[in-house]
Amino acid sequence: MRNATDHIPALSLEGVSFAYGKRKVLDDVSLRVDAGAFCVLLGINGAGKTALFSLITRLFLCRHGRIRILGRDLDNDGAGALAQMGVVFQQPTLDLDLTPKQNLRYFCTLQGLDPRLARPRIAQALLRIGLADRADERVRQLSGGQRRRLELARALLHKPRLLLADEPTVGLDIHSRQGILQQVRDGCRERGVGVLWATHLVDEVEPGDQVAVLHQGRMLIQGSVDALLLETGTRTVKDAFNRLTQGDDA
Amino acid sequence: MTWSQYLRCLAGIFWREALRFLHQRERFLGALVRPLVWLFIFAAGFRSVLGVSIIPPYQTYILYEEYIVPGLAAMILLFSGMQSSLSMVYDREMGSMRLMMVSPFPRWYLLVCKLAAGALVAILQVYLFLAIAWFWDVRPPVAGYFLAFPALLLSSLMLGALGLLLSSLIRQLENFAGVMNFVIFPMFFASSALYPLWRIRDSSVVLYQICQYNPFTSAVELIRFALYGQVNLVALGWVCGALAIFLGAAILGYDPARGLMQRK
Repeated sequence: MRNATDHIPALSLEGVSFAYGKRKVLDDVSLRVDAGAFCVLLGINGAGKTALFSLITRLFLCRHGRIRILGRDLDNDGAGALAQMGVVFQQPTLDLDLTPKQNLRYFCTLQGLDPRLARPRIAQALLRIGLADRADERVRQLSGGQRRRLELARALLHKPRLLLADEPTVGLDIHSRQGILQQVRDGCRERGVGVLWATHLVDEVEPGDQVAVLHQGRMLIQGSVDALLLETGTRTVKDAFNRLTQGDDA
Repeated sequence: MTWSQYLRCLAGIFWREALRFLHQRERFLGALVRPLVWLFIFAAGFRSVLGVSIIPPYQTYILYEEYIVPGLAAMILLFSGMQSSLSMVYDREMGSMRLMMVSPFPRWYLLVCKLAAGALVAILQVYLFLAIAWFWDVRPPVAGYFLAFPALLLSSLMLGALGLLLSSLIRQLENFAGVMNFVIFPMFFASSALYPLWRIRDSSVVLYQICQYNPFTSAVELIRFALYGQVNLVALGWVCGALAIFLGAAILGYDPARGLMQRK
């Protein structure tokens, strides 16, 4: 389903820089994620991906540069921008002592969702990720893959227009990774949700994706997979990534 | 955001805190052991050593057990406030605090909700302690139990806000052990919780002054007077002032614009 606002990018960053004290971790980063696009942010560990996510989610203040979510400036309309955003952090954020249903319900209250709206959405989400029959068990009893799926489903409960996922598949086996990627790709394409998917796993890129390569705090390249291959003169995303980040442990 | 959405968010945070309370019953009951040890053993042992003269709000001579009960009630609030800040450092390291911080509600509102939810759980523990103390023959007037509620709430919010402030300043969970030594124990012992301040003045005027300005002393006295149906206005002023300062500083600490959270 497409909206009238689809021409506005789900996320746009212009000249964003950030430093921890004197150590610069992001240097003049610009990025655009269109509505409905799946943009893979590739970068090795320490490239600045998590700092970038912290800025976009307003955990850190962006002092240099501009961040807009669906055209809303993060500085001027932080609440409006955050309401449009679903986030899956690198660290797990589920309460292990609560059940999947309770975790989802708690999240809905943090978004101010009406329980009459939230209830059917929670039931559908649990059904979609295959956890309907385990909805009342403690999260602690779920596998890593199931927990991640739950977090991704949770991030979409308030129907955001932008999904941010910071290395959500780290530590999962290949089947869980594929299942999760499929779930997000299908769900977001269907709803026209823009996705920024940070990872260092190049095999998560598919031909129709957008790719952005972040390295040592700088955005080296951004565009379609074809454009990336053409620009680097390589045949695979892995080769392109290695060439761009040559000299580092890719 | 509408008022009903604000209320939903508040209800959700209270609900989660209540669930945590139910899931961690052993921990919460365990927290009662500490003041009970003081009441049953320490107070019995020191009853004859530490005589208490007639001081307001008491109108007659009282047993030492009766004197320390308000201080032990405040001790529950102090430990609970610090424990809740520990859980926030843990939450932040584990990420669930992040989930709260990316909610579209104002950050100050989320922090106040969390603080209030933690305060109510702590007060529940205090009432459980007071009920046990009643069987130990520490029996303030019945009305005192009701009148103590606002005093307990203000004190709990003040101590919780201090914990919140510390959680915004502490980078890592490991650093929290220091809080025990540098905050909880000095605050507790340099107060009127275990002995009246005039006794401390006899030993050291400087220490007496430190105790007097310790906000924990004010919390103890506010609770003590309220339990006996009186309002200690000076203590009330101190507790409210400290609450405003601690909460304001904690909100600044969690404000991305002030940059405290992003120091690494």
